[in-house]
Amino acid sequence: MSDATDQIKTTIEKNDVVLFMKGTKMMPQCGFSSRVAGVLNFMGVEFADVNVLADADIRQGIKDFSDWPTIPQLYVKGEFVGGCDIITEMTLSGELDQLFEAKGVVYNKDAAEKIREANA
Amino acid sequence: MAIEAQDIENLIRATFPDARITITDLAGDGNHWAAEVIDASFKGMNRVQQQRAVYASLKGKMEGSNGELHALALTTKAPE
Repeated sequence: MSDATDQIKTTIEKNDVVLFMKGTKMMPQCGFSSRVAGVLNFMGVEFADVNVLADADIRQGIKDFSDWPTIPQLYVKGEFVGGCDIITEMTLSGELDQLFEAKGVVYNKDAAEKIREANA
Repeated sequence: MAIEAQDIENLIRATFPDARITITDLAGDGNHWAAEVIDASFKGMNRVQQQRAVYASLKGKMEGSNGELHALALTTKAPE
């Protein structure tokens, strides 16, 4: 097993919510990463951000690990949830709320409702 | 232009011959695409599984910085 895979596994085991993204949650460097980080920030979800632009091995490693070709990638409790399109759909449908509730992840329900109202 | 709408549809169509496929050029620059794929084979699969299957049909066109397909927003579902 490569170092990158080890590092990815450790990260998603140690953190309930992990976003593999381009840039950081404070300074995203891609619109798609920015959108998902923005949703999580707005919903008050505590999450670890991994900047794949800072490490080429992680950037390729996470794609192989998830069998998913694009960044961002969201992990909740060690499970791959999806990329930007899936997270957007799940946010608007309320499925993301359900997932957080099922997994015991703290989030702000009012903020989630505000996102849905704004996109209704 | 890196890739045409028809090329994207053809690639997906090769794997999903009976799917309803809609390709949209999001930015009008031939670089940021959206694809909606509705196919009976998606029944019983979650979104991750559905979209993995679509990505697989694109055969590495999205791989790396040299990938011809820079951005493709995917929507997948089984027919109602």
